[in-house]
Formats: sequence, C-alpha cells, structure tokens
Amino acid sequence: MGSAYTIIFYVFCFISVYVQIFFLVTFLEKKRHIVHNPDNLDLNYYPTVTIAVPIYNEETTIIKTVKSLLSLDYPKDKIKIYIVDDGSKDNTWNVIQEFKDNQCVVLLKKENGGKHTAVNLALEKTSSEFFGCLDSDSMVHPQSLKRILKYFEKDPQTMAVAPSIVVFNPKNILQHAQSIEYDMSIYTKKMLGFMGGIHVAPGPFSIFRKKVFDDLGPYHKAHNTEDQEIALRMQEHGYKIDHCPDAYVYTNTPNSVAKLYRQRLRWIYGFIKNLIDYRRMLFRKEYGTVALFTLPSGIVSIVGVIFLFVNVVGNIIKFIYNKIVQIQTVGFGHIFTFHYKFDWFFLNTKAVLFLTIILYILVIISVMIGRKMAEGKSGFSISFFYFIIIYSVIAPFWMLRAIYNAIISKESSWTLERKVAK
Amino acid sequence: MHQHEPNDWKKYIIVLFITTTIFVIGLWLSNYFGNKKIDQIKSIESKISLDLMSSETQFNLLQEQSCKDVSGTILSSELNTLADKISYSENNIGAKNVDVISLKKYYSLLEIKDYLLMKKITDRCGEKSIFILYFYKNDKCDDCTKQGYVLTSLRETYPNLRVYSFDYNLDISAIKAMISIYKVPDNLPAIVINGKVYSGFQTIEEIEKTFPELESIKAPDTPQAKTTTTKTTTKKAGQ
Repeated sequence: MGSAYTIIFYVFCFISVYVQIFFLVTFLEKKRHIVHNPDNLDLNYYPTVTIAVPIYNEETTIIKTVKSLLSLDYPKDKIKIYIVDDGSKDNTWNVIQEFKDNQCVVLLKKENGGKHTAVNLALEKTSSEFFGCLDSDSMVHPQSLKRILKYFEKDPQTMAVAPSIVVFNPKNILQHAQSIEYDMSIYTKKMLGFMGGIHVAPGPFSIFRKKVFDDLGPYHKAHNTEDQEIALRMQEHGYKIDHCPDAYVYTNTPNSVAKLYRQRLRWIYGFIKNLIDYRRMLFRKEYGTVALFTLPSGIVSIVGVIFLFVNVVGNIIKFIYNKIVQIQTVGFGHIFTFHYKFDWFFLNTKAVLFLTIILYILVIISVMIGRKMAEGKSGFSISFFYFIIIYSVIAPFWMLRAIYNAIISKESSWTLERKVAK
Repeated sequence: MHQHEPNDWKKYIIVLFITTTIFVIGLWLSNYFGNKKIDQIKSIESKISLDLMSSETQFNLLQEQSCKDVSGTILSSELNTLADKISYSENNIGAKNVDVISLKKYYSLLEIKDYLLMKKITDRCGEKSIFILYFYKNDKCDDCTKQGYVLTSLRETYPNLRVYSFDYNLDISAIKAMISIYKVPDNLPAIVINGKVYSGFQTIEEIEKTFPELESIKAPDTPQAKTTTTKTTTKKAGQ
C-alpha cells in the first residue's frame, strides 16, 4: 500500500515538475519575444471591432464595464459594443438605458437562454472584422484592444488573442490568493501561446477574427464554458491562438469561498466535459501542444490534487483514530506528554520531500515571473502562502464535485452563479 | 484546416532529461542522508555495545562491591534514542531495508544482553526492578499498537520497570531462543513478566493487578526518573 502510494506520488510529482520545467525552458527560450507595447502604440490599420457584453442581473457592475469599453483608446467609428440583456430579472435593462444614445453602443434584450446565446445574438448582428466579448464583471485597460490587435497585425495566421486577466482591487485573503493564481496563469498562458497550446480563450476580452465564427460556427453552450470549447474547436482546426501579456483586463473575483467554489465547479466541470467531447484530440501529435501537453497536464493536475488530498485526509483520519485508540487504552494522562529535543536524524529526508521542495520552488518562480509580467512587480508576495494554503484545502472539493457532476452530468448554471455572486 | 506548428520534440526530450536529472539528484540526496542516518545508528549501537561490555566486565571483576557503580551506568540514555531512531528508520527508510533489519537485529541482541546483565545485577544487588519482555509483530496487529501504548504508559509511571521489546518475526536465533524458552505463542501481543507469559492484549489495570509489586517501584515525581528506562523499539510501542 505504502509503496503503491509512493510510486503514484512519484509519477504525479514527475509530471508536475516536467510541466513546470517545460514552462521555464520555454520562458528562457522566448523571453526576448515577450513584447511590452508602449501606451502610444499605433496600428497600421484600424479594423472594425465588435465587443459583446452578455449580462444577466448585472445592475451594479455593468456601468463600469461599459464605461471601460468606451474609454478604449480606439477610433470610435470602428468599435461597436453590443450589450445583450439575457432576460435579467432585476433593474439591469433600465440601468443600461444610460447608453442608449451612445453611437458605439447597441442595446439588445432577449429571453434568458444562457451566455452563449447572448453572445451569439451579437455575433449574428455584426459584420465587423474582429469580435470579442467582455464579461460584465470585468473592465479593460484603455490600451488593451490596440495591443491585442497588434498581434493580429504582426501575424496574419493568428486567429484569436487572449488578454491578461488581473484581479481587480483584491480586498480579502481569498481575493489575494486568486490574484496570485491569475498572475501565474498570465505566465503559463503566454508560454502556452508560444507553444500553440492555449485551450481557453477567456470570456473577458479574448478577441477573435470574425472569420473564426464564419468558418467554425458560433459559440456552443459547451457545458457553460463556451470559452474553453471555442478554443478547443479552434485548436482542432489548427487556428492559432496567442496571448498578449500586457492587454490587461481587470476582473472582479469571488469574495467568498462559496462563490469561488461555484465558479470553479463550473470551470472544472466544463473542462472535464469539453475534454470528453474533444477526447479525439488527446495525445494526437497532429493537434500539437494542446493535445500532447495542455490537456494531459490539466488531467494530471485534477487527478493529482485529488490524490494528494485523499491521502492527506486519510493520514489525518489515521492520526485521529490512533489518538482515540491511545486515549481509550491509556486515558488522557499520557497523550500530552511531549519530550522534544531537536535531532537532525528525525528530519524527513525522503526523496519525496526534495522533489516537493523543488516543485514548490518552480511554482514560486512561475508566480514571480507572472507577477513581473502582470504587474511589473518583482519579489515575493505573502499572498503566495494564502494561495497555497487556501487552494490546497478547497480546490480538491470543487474538483471532486466536478468529477461527480460530470459523471451524473449535472451542469452548473452561469445564471445561478450570477445570482449567487450578488 | 490550418496547420499546427510542428511539435518541438527536441524540447520535450530536453525537458524530460532535465526533469529526470532533478529526480536522480533527489533520489541520490535521499539515499545519501539515509546512509548517514544508518551510519549514525551503527555508531550508537557500537557505543552501547562497548558500554555494555564495559559494565559487564566491571561487574564480573568487582562482583558484589560493584553494585553501586554498575547499576547507574548500564542503561545509557542513548538506548532510548536508538529505539526511536530504529523505529523512525523502519517507517522512513523501509522496514524491509537490509541495513535497517540488520540494525534492528543488533539492537535486539543489545537488549537481550542488557536484560541478562540487569537481571544479574538485580539478583545480586537487591535492586527493585521488574522486567517485561514484550513480543509484537509489525503487520496486522492492532492490539500490538494498544499494548505499546500501555507499556509506554507503564514505563513512565514505573521508572524501574524494564521493558524490552522484540519483533516476533525478526529472523534472529537469540529471539527464537527466547520464544522457545518462555514458550511465547504466536497470538500477539505477548508479554513475559518474571518468566510468566501473558498472551493477548493486557490493560494497565490487568498488569498492575497481576503485579502489585509494581507499586514498590513507582516513580517519585521527578523528571530524571525517565532517563533510566529502556524504550520499546517499534512503532507498535512507545509512540
């Protein structure tokens, strides 16, 4: 039993170290290609762009989101913002009337049908050269659009560009922990971009050539993770997705464990279900990095986290059980006798420990590079500990639940998440 | 369909090489420190062996006159830490590791030697000591775990209680000889007190009831009392 556990642990550890080294090698190889655009960036040509903002019960946040879009440094006659009310039950529709006279804004209202239906409505109505959407919990940096479009200008093969999502104004420990995670994902996403392995074109402000939808069709429901599905569909057809590290999108993140749990449940559930839908791509070399690296490492991370969690919980239960047996056998008197004298002999020197330390060091490096890319800050942040502790404890729950839900095919609702997020 | 960029196989292999190198270094470091720990146990064992031989020789030379000098030096406190370290090594280096088994065998021999010498000293010098030989097994023996708690607890209450623990399945002739002499059954745990075998789990109360003379060696409430006790050498006892 012990040795089987050790072997499984080594396998997970090996793959995790492999993934981190892969990112690091890519970073060292490509770091000169990570472009930081100036604020006065000019494009040779300003194409027409449509941004869809699907909303459902967003009366408190929608104004900021739309205002940030209106503040984009981009010719006003080249940009259209479609605000699509997906059957809100609150005052959202009235709130957005503030923009009804703005030439850049189009207001649409429809029956509730899910986020993908709202975005597709905008997609139907537009003939712009570029299309993107922005979730109503996010705001864009004024230069983001131009910076993203520069990528399309440089490489005609690029079909979609994902932005860098940064946590907006983190207040509590949970949000600081998420901030670390988002920073790290900026780094990993850029590296995946270099390798052609991006598997999500995030809802907040990923920009596509409209041709993508003309060729491959509109968004699908895709288990409420349409942003994962469209990226996988593109990868399946060899459409290049890149990442622009300095196209910042500021997003409001869940401020409670319950909200974070719901959001991640949807993400992981969507990942599993989309993975099942696109399982034909797995390990097929003709689909490139996404099939050989991104999706397999996603699977390993879910299984690995659950494996570790089950093991840790098992050890805790075993410890408690032993203490109970001890108390039943000899009473309380000897439980708390503790004679401690430091001796290096009792330091754990198992290979597992060294490898875990190396893995943590690699993760810390990822976070530090991500922070540098996202916020221009170097050095170590205390939030890293929040991230490690909080995610170690709660991530296994949403992963386990997502697997369970995937087995019984119980979907998490986007609109329900919105209701809860209020 | 557009074409994906060609897979960078070279990078996959380079990363595999780097990761493997890291793993080999990790395993090597673990092995290096494991060997250091085994060396440390060996050195403690040889020191204890030397101490025992010295005491034995001194005792034989001086006979009764040596009671005062010898009794204080027999049980080096290092025997306690040695038990802890062997138990820890069983868990962390491996209970089936050849070096660990060999160290455990040697430790068992030291225990037997200590037991024989202490018995002699007790007989000749009139020391109030009670000896418990404790036989356990490491696998599938929940009662052995409980018995370990009981004996650890008793040792703390009665400092002159000498508990010597032996792995019933350890392949060493001296232990087999003791099993044969005391007719220890394989229904473990089993304890031998003053030559009499008690098979199966024994509670504190049962042991105290069977041996009222334990009361006479009860600990004065001083912390130093603990340093003169032996320690059971397995995870099944003393943890």
